[in-house]
Amino acid sequence: MPVYLDNAATTKPCAEAVEAAVRAMTENYGNPSSLHRAGLDAQLAVDGARKIIADTIGADPACIYFTSGATESNNLALRGASAAYGRNRRKIVISAVEHASVEETAADLEKKGFEVVRVSPREDGRFYPADFVNVCGDDTCLISCMLVNNETGYILPVKETFSAVKRRFPHIITHCDCVQGYMKLPVRVSALNADLVSLSAHKIHGVKGVGAIFIKKGVRVVPVVTGGKQEKGIRSGTESVPLIAAFGAAAEKLSATLDERYKTAQSLKVHLLNAVSDIDCVEVNSPEDGSPYIINISVVGRRSEIMLHFLESKGIYVSSGSACSKGQQSGVLGQFGIRDKRADGALRISITAETTEAELDELAAVLREGIEKVRG
Amino acid sequence: MKEVVLVKYGEMALKGLNKKTFEDMLTKNIKRRIKPLGSFVCTSAQSTLCIDPQDDSIDLSEVTERVGKIFGIAALCRACVCDKTFEDITAKSIEYLSDILSCARTFKVNAKRSDKAFPMKSPEICRELGGILLDRFPNLSVDVNDPEITVTVEVRDTNAYVHAENIKGAGGLPVGSSGKAMLLLSGGIDSPVAGWMMAKRGIHIAAIHYVSPPYTSDRAQLKVEQLCQKLTDWCGGIAFYCVPFTELQEAIKDNCPEEFFTIIMRRLMMEIAQRIAAKDGCLALITGESVGQVASQTMAAIACTDAVCRIPVFRPCIGMDKTEIIEIARKIDTFDISTLPYEDCCTVFTPRHPKVRPRLEDIEKAQNSFDFEPLIQKAVEGTEMKTFNLE
Repeated sequence: MPVYLDNAATTKPCAEAVEAAVRAMTENYGNPSSLHRAGLDAQLAVDGARKIIADTIGADPACIYFTSGATESNNLALRGASAAYGRNRRKIVISAVEHASVEETAADLEKKGFEVVRVSPREDGRFYPADFVNVCGDDTCLISCMLVNNETGYILPVKETFSAVKRRFPHIITHCDCVQGYMKLPVRVSALNADLVSLSAHKIHGVKGVGAIFIKKGVRVVPVVTGGKQEKGIRSGTESVPLIAAFGAAAEKLSATLDERYKTAQSLKVHLLNAVSDIDCVEVNSPEDGSPYIINISVVGRRSEIMLHFLESKGIYVSSGSACSKGQQSGVLGQFGIRDKRADGALRISITAETTEAELDELAAVLREGIEKVRG
Repeated sequence: MKEVVLVKYGEMALKGLNKKTFEDMLTKNIKRRIKPLGSFVCTSAQSTLCIDPQDDSIDLSEVTERVGKIFGIAALCRACVCDKTFEDITAKSIEYLSDILSCARTFKVNAKRSDKAFPMKSPEICRELGGILLDRFPNLSVDVNDPEITVTVEVRDTNAYVHAENIKGAGGLPVGSSGKAMLLLSGGIDSPVAGWMMAKRGIHIAAIHYVSPPYTSDRAQLKVEQLCQKLTDWCGGIAFYCVPFTELQEAIKDNCPEEFFTIIMRRLMMEIAQRIAAKDGCLALITGESVGQVASQTMAAIACTDAVCRIPVFRPCIGMDKTEIIEIARKIDTFDISTLPYEDCCTVFTPRHPKVRPRLEDIEKAQNSFDFEPLIQKAVEGTEMKTFNLE
């Protein structure tokens, strides 16, 4: 059995999700837009999942729209909100450590004439709300800030930032990419003061190919995909009932155990850090108060890709930086002050509450072995 | 640092000897509404209710969002509890409001001292605390006219409180304090608004809806059920009655002149509604009618409809323009549901040229040409009830 420690990249679908998807494919296969009963049943399945997901983030179900995943949600948030509010307000503020689906979308909008301001952490590796507020202005249409950084697990002060921004500039639309925080930390849209929130199913033991965006009542977003006006015109295209049903089933299962899973993950993180604490060349890149589900360490002097493949040869799967960037050296780690050899040797270990201490012990042992055997 | 939600009573604070009845009802409504969020202790004093969460993980912004929809409340806010010493008030103000104050530019301090035994007077508290905050947060300056942040200190009998927000409450009277009434809920824009307006005056709402399959669809009924669910945010639990209406509508079409279809249909609806209202203990009917909006809502038409009613009919939208009704529908978030495109029973068999000024005797004559009573009884017996509760 391989030891899968790359759960920030994707997770194994849970049995409930698989079952819900299969049921939607074998029994409930109508088109939600059809007027007959088969259509209504499919729509009810979609709306059932919508309600479950809404409840998990303290939102009204009418504010949840299904998309093909968080990348689409992030695109819709940035492109849609800047199209709706950016005619005379040409500035977009984001954190400098966003996922590529926010960063690259912002970069594209920059080419199209928007000014994009990227806020970095301070010397101490932490973000401060005032740094965001101070670059916002009457000319700003949108601020986007992720909840949990996907590479280090750092938790950004989204709630404080958005509250402060809204207080001084109520017109600014606030977007939070909650992908790595959802079902790991409590995510409540009202507490976050977020107008737009992106979620993904496959990071929470759902199925790949589906995500959601929360759009607060009264907030306008110009659709990116046009067509048959599904999802109230926000996201045209026949709803993927099986994937959506699976998303709902996974969210329902996980939401019941948020607190206890967090505690488990926290103790697993401590366990791993203890297990590697006496290895000289290992440095910990994740902050102590970060998400316990993501543990970023550096094996200084060993390139991460080589270590990754060595671990893989022993049946242990981890990631170098973020899996989405396919091994490119991460600018995000640099933002957090992790540079040069330390960045070259960065490994991201991402766990679930089902990860065992034995698996982490095995990882530590194989790391030691790798450090002995692997050169450069 | 202890954070609570303070709830200021609305007009019931002005009530006399029966004030306690209203207070108890409001407290009960609040407790029921926030129960799903966790465990709380609610204490009432000086026309203010203090909601004290018993668990750190409770999200108070959700509490204020929910409580903001409860009738009987003038205003509410999240506040930090302080000892009744100026030192603690100062220390807690700095700690509790640090995030807010460090990002703001202008502020002022507002003090309310209802405990006159507190040694400092209100202007003194404002001056002293203001000075300390100015020193502590160099980014701030004082603006007494239009500050970004108003720091409020309340010195009450039991504790002192510091807060920097004031959320407007839903107003009105606690739901249930004025008895129960039956809302005719069609699925359109007006009837949910009418129900909401009467609930605001303390009326507990039950709802009645008429379905005519196959002329109306399951989706049309689901839409009305969604409206009911939405209204529970404001109105609390709602008993929803669904009346099978097809046979009556077909009988009207077969036996009455076309120009009277709508008025006779409405008279039959009222008849059924008041029979079910009587069973459910409702003392009045509520409709979303507005004078002149459609042919069945002219004064003459309303008079013909009213002629069958033996209990009061409340029409809170009667003097409102459509735009005013829509404004409320958006506020209470029923508009998007109401405008879903499914046909409801009111638009089945709509006459091409409805009578705008019907005469009661003509209507009665047309209606008496057929014995609707057996069908009315059958519809009442076939009515199904569902309960919608707070979520």
